[in-house]
Amino acid sequence: MSLESLPALLVTAESYDPAPVPQRPLIDSRQFGMLLFIVTEVMFFASLVSAYLIIRSGLEEWPPWGQPRLPVWSTALNTAVLLSSGVAAYLSGRQFRGGSGTAQRTLGISVALGTFFLVFQGYEWVQMLGFGLTVTSSTYGGLFYLIIGAHGVHVLGALIALAYTWMRMTPGQEQPLTQGGASAVRMLWYFVVGVWPILYVLVYLA
Amino acid sequence: MSETTAATATVQEHAHEEHHEMSFWEKYIFPTDHKMIGLQYMFTGMFMAAVGGYFAYAFRMQLAFPGMDVPLFGQVTPQIYNMLITNHGTIMIFWVAMPVLIAGFGNFLIPLMIGCDDMVFPRINRLSYQIFFVSTVVLLLSFFVKGGGFGGAWTAYPPLSSVPEYNLTNWGSSLWIVAVALEIIAFLLGGINFVTTTMNSRAPGMKMMDIPIVIWMINIAVIMFMASVGPLIAGAVMLFMDQRIGTTFFLPAGGGDPVLWQHLFWFFGHPEVYVVLFPTLGLVADVITTFSRKKLWGYRTILYTTIATGGLAFVVWAHHQFIAGIDPRMANVFVVTTLLISIPIAEVMFCYIATLYGGSIRFTVPMLWALGFLMTFLLGGVTGIYLGASGLNIYFHDSYFVVAHFHYTFFPITIIGMFGALYYWFPKMFGRHLNEFWGKVHFWGTLIPFNGIFLPLFLLGMAGQHRRIYNYEHFPDLASPDLQGLRVFATASLVIMLLFQIPFLINFFGSMFRGRKAEPNPWKANTLEWIVPSPPPHGNFKELPSVYRGPYEYSVPGNREDYWPQNMPDRN
Ligand code: HEM
Ligand SMILES: [Cu+2]
Repeated sequence: MSLESLPALLVTAESYDPAPVPQRPLIDSRQFGMLLFIVTEVMFFASLVSAYLIIRSGLEEWPPWGQPRLPVWSTALNTAVLLSSGVAAYLSGRQFRGGSGTAQRTLGISVALGTFFLVFQGYEWVQMLGFGLTVTSSTYGGLFYLIIGAHGVHVLGALIALAYTWMRMTPGQEQPLTQGGASAVRMLWYFVVGVWPILYVLVYLA
Repeated sequence: MSETTAATATVQEHAHEEHHEMSFWEKYIFPTDHKMIGLQYMFTGMFMAAVGGYFAYAFRMQLAFPGMDVPLFGQVTPQIYNMLITNHGTIMIFWVAMPVLIAGFGNFLIPLMIGCDDMVFPRINRLSYQIFFVSTVVLLLSFFVKGGGFGGAWTAYPPLSSVPEYNLTNWGSSLWIVAVALEIIAFLLGGINFVTTTMNSRAPGMKMMDIPIVIWMINIAVIMFMASVGPLIAGAVMLFMDQRIGTTFFLPAGGGDPVLWQHLFWFFGHPEVYVVLFPTLGLVADVITTFSRKKLWGYRTILYTTIATGGLAFVVWAHHQFIAGIDPRMANVFVVTTLLISIPIAEVMFCYIATLYGGSIRFTVPMLWALGFLMTFLLGGVTGIYLGASGLNIYFHDSYFVVAHFHYTFFPITIIGMFGALYYWFPKMFGRHLNEFWGKVHFWGTLIPFNGIFLPLFLLGMAGQHRRIYNYEHFPDLASPDLQGLRVFATASLVIMLLFQIPFLINFFGSMFRGRKAEPNPWKANTLEWIVPSPPPHGNFKELPSVYRGPYEYSVPGNREDYWPQNMPDRN
């Protein structure tokens, strides 16, 4: 497998042999491809959510006896951080379309906020492990790490893609970033940001 | 910034790379050309079909002659038996049906039939095959690790699949999950490419209703795959965690729920059967119309019913779990949806038969296979209705009746219909014809023994023969000579059928180099792949075609010829 195709997978299409576009496409290919990918992702997270609900409904006590409670308030704050990152990405997109030079800086803020979210989550995990909530301590722990972990992996992947887009926004690129590529990556980020509140409510609050 | 982005958009459209001379390596090993990637998928699928067929041979011999030293295999112990049936099923669905029908024909046909030079993301396409190749290697390796390959059935129900002490294949079962996961990733990448290409790269003038039905079908299948595979991925991750780090998602003892896996698996599993069905329905539609010299009957009807079937297929999954302890009220709902789904499928079949009606039918080899598909698949669909009735299902579930049912669907789809397509597009793929005579021998030598294998299995199932048992001598009720006779008959038919694949292989590889040369349009068909040379050059079309009409305008009054290529502006 060739490594150079990896970033291509995540981001833009300039590096491909561009196929001719005989008909005016209804929607940019990269955005459309990302949309299809997100369909799968939605179903993936929906399955995790239903797994959570099914297993939980089969148990009388939730969280099970002796298992720590999750940090509701600090995570609420962290949720706000992630949502702001999504907003920043959105603003950056508007600036990029409008040709404003601030697009790169705004995207930088988005990446920074996203990174903060991830690091803070990691910190909380360490704490939870210290309190005795591990993957195998109960299905409660297992589901927590499974669902929040799956989301975390997505945050990480999407952040790498965002950071790559950010890099590509630096002026003077040989092949400058295209609108389609940039917005495909933002779509991924909106998805990752957008599922989080659902997971938060489900796993932390409900 | 604005100028740069505006400039890029135009660069994007015009920077079409010149096609240069390619090295052997670029052309055959790491190609980005959709045709070559399609063939890579197809050859890998053919190889895996041989492996899967060999497995079937070994376990069928054990069932017919329990305890025998199987020629060319050896002793089939219970552990080996389980590994053989598990991987036979896994291989045939994930490593034969999917790669050959969807990835193989999809890659080869989509750009040619919609009139463009390649997929939208050629490198992602290449990556897709490479991941698929790795998945194949992982699966094959899993047979040789300590403990042997996974033996918990292709449905991998926990706790058997999740606890090494139960399945005795600590490594094999985990490698099995890894292989399936990689395979899924490969098809996701390929699928995104297919749909995006069909959406954005059609030749000018090709409207939605001018797309050949096979391309529609492949796209619908791919979209269904993408919408249904999420649950399987989630389940696979959980199963893997249960196996390797000791979580208890599916273990009742630890607060988990084994039926949860069944839901996740079958939410994917049932749509999956339509994912493999649709491409073949499409391939067969093209073959049937070409050789009826008549317009496909009810293009839109077929299209819309297929989409409806695709939607319904997402709400029938629990018919696999009627006796798994699900709520009987829920079972009732699934009985209704299951019986409903046979209506649109029957409708499509009727459309095909209506296409034949009044046509001037040419009994070419591809046509024989296509008709064979209709005939045999019908029996598969009809027996599904019996299984869908939850009352009958209590008796039939996990019996050989089920095995016969799904082989009467899968075998026509994956083998019979696929051969029709292969004989039909072979001239386009390799620029030469397959031998007609040996093609007919191959057809009858496959069709008749196929029925010989699986008709007895219906009877055995009705007699109460449970599936996944390696030696019926241990069951007095099932060890009677009558039933054993049926088993021997089925196995003998299988051996005959396998032997008839030898002339095919000789024909296939021989014709590839020595066959009669094929002209661009040997069947006088309308779709765009037939206007380019056989085999098509890298880049496909010298000049991108324009499309003036739908793909099935055969025997149109007022034309001198009985076909009317899609790209021809004037009368033909
Ligand atoms: C006409 C519509 C169909 C109906 C009503 C139907 C119904 C059913 C039912 C109720 C079962 C469960 C039997 C049991 O385990 O007790 C079943 C099993 C199965 N069907 Fe179908 N089916 C239909 C079409 C298909 C098609 C088109 C395929 C394949 C392409 C297919 C493949 C399978 C497979 C693989 C199984 C068994 C899976 C296993 O347990 O290993 N069916 N079918
Ligand atoms: Cu089903």
